[in-house]
Amino acid sequence: MTADLAGILTYGSFFLVTALSYAILCLGLNLQWGHTGLFNVGIAGFVAIGGYTSAILTTPASDQHLGGFGLPIAVGWIAAMVTAGLASALVGALTLRLRSDYLAITTFGVAVVIHLVALNAQRLTGGPFGIGFIPRPFGDLADKPLLFTGLNLALVAAILLVLALGLERLLHGPWGRVLRAIREDEKAAEALGKSPVRLRLEAFTLGGAIMGLAGAVHGHFIGFIAPDNYQSGLTFQVWAMLIVGGAGNSRGAVIGAVIVWGLWSVSGLAIGGLFPPADQARASSLQLVAIGSMLVAMLLFRPGGILGERTIVSRWVKQR
Amino acid sequence: MPEPVEGADAALLSADNLVKRFGGISAVDGMSLQVKRGEIVGLIGPNGAGKTTMFDLIAGAQSADAGSIRLDGAAIETLAADRRVALGLGRTFQIPRPFPTMSVVENVMVGAQAQSGERIWPNWFSMSRVASEERLNHDKALELVDFVGLSHLATEPARVLSGGQRKLLELARALMADPKILLLDEPAAGVNPTLLASIVERILALNARGMTVLVIEHNMDVVARLCRHVTVMASGRLLAEGTPDEVARDPQVAEAYLGGLAA
Repeated sequence: MTADLAGILTYGSFFLVTALSYAILCLGLNLQWGHTGLFNVGIAGFVAIGGYTSAILTTPASDQHLGGFGLPIAVGWIAAMVTAGLASALVGALTLRLRSDYLAITTFGVAVVIHLVALNAQRLTGGPFGIGFIPRPFGDLADKPLLFTGLNLALVAAILLVLALGLERLLHGPWGRVLRAIREDEKAAEALGKSPVRLRLEAFTLGGAIMGLAGAVHGHFIGFIAPDNYQSGLTFQVWAMLIVGGAGNSRGAVIGAVIVWGLWSVSGLAIGGLFPPADQARASSLQLVAIGSMLVAMLLFRPGGILGERTIVSRWVKQR
Repeated sequence: MPEPVEGADAALLSADNLVKRFGGISAVDGMSLQVKRGEIVGLIGPNGAGKTTMFDLIAGAQSADAGSIRLDGAAIETLAADRRVALGLGRTFQIPRPFPTMSVVENVMVGAQAQSGERIWPNWFSMSRVASEERLNHDKALELVDFVGLSHLATEPARVLSGGQRKLLELARALMADPKILLLDEPAAGVNPTLLASIVERILALNARGMTVLVIEHNMDVVARLCRHVTVMASGRLLAEGTPDEVARDPQVAEAYLGGLAA
């Protein structure tokens, strides 16, 4: 009985750690798309950069991939933000002058290239087998699953909270307001003395850094990463989360991540229970059908998402 | 007796021999104009004369192929649009461009210049400065919203405004930047008569407080009420200059508008 309860709690915590890692990712996309209108369909690539950076910096020496630096996890996570941020800044500087559809094509291509690099640059990334033995936070408690996942949940929740509060300060003030102005009418914003290129670049870079952090956090929780974790399906999931939760609203982004990941997990369990093992691989595409149906339902009945954008941007302006 | 202010008689804005070509067509073809401090100058001319392109060149929304522009003594023709705003150039658009999902008062607040909160770090590390700027800007924006008569809509999203109200919103938004000169592109077009009177009144009130204005307008009643000096453009060039009456009596001007029928 108590063993069952502990099992359920462990599973719940495990589920939430992953869901909240997605929520971090969603905050990054929300900054880029929800607030600034930047159409990034290469999310997986920036997540991969973060995941690999932190994995390479923190793992023990191995002849399978670059490594042996053995740095603390926190250093790896900060480095993940820096490299993913720099990569975003580079992609952004090259493409942000272009219209949004070109940015979409470019980011998609960048993500494909990053996936191929991860797959083929064996000396750097370990190739198709990925990187294992990534140090896990509270790893010495791994033999007590409940405590281990519980503490990890607390850690990810704390990171998410700090991030959300930090973004709240930025986005519900003049910076967020000018981003929205640029999203809605770039020419008008320019005529008011704003520099769309600088601001879009800032938003794209910061959003990319957050995606990199999410990649690192999740990679360390699982303890293993491989190129196939970072394909376009990941990008699709994050977009689905943001659309369901509500673009332009941080709380919406978090709620959307939990709901969509919940639907994904529940539908996965259902498929496991309903189909014989031989058919499960094929049946798993029903998970995509479930997410897709949810998206269609949202777009039909609540196009702004569960929590939409607010009319008042700045927290200094009172709603009367 | 007070010392004469240096440059008080000189033009606040002067554009010399501006040229803008689109393929083989010169939309603006060696056009010059001057606006003195404290004046309201009307820029008129038939459709397709190049007035809005001229505005875009002055404001920096498009770059001129040739010619020079001076604002308050400084050469600005090579500066980007956002830099020109910082030097005191404010504009509105022929078809208003509000930020539709944003509240009216915050549309106006976007116009404030040199906001430290528009940079990332101060939002985290100089919060009290950002907060006090926001409070001042909020108060100032509410005053401007009141000045243009939109107080009752201050917290509504700008998409609910009518065409004329959008023009008033743009006026308030441009004023938020404390411009030295306002470029108004057809403030009367498509506005109902009641709002039109209120727009004209606002522009005159601003001018009475010393605001310099350059206005494109087709409605000659409005031009006559606003401007003592009118510059006429046709086919990208200067056609005539003078008071509204003089210009209206000029046979060249009539011909440009009516294509020779009046001659």
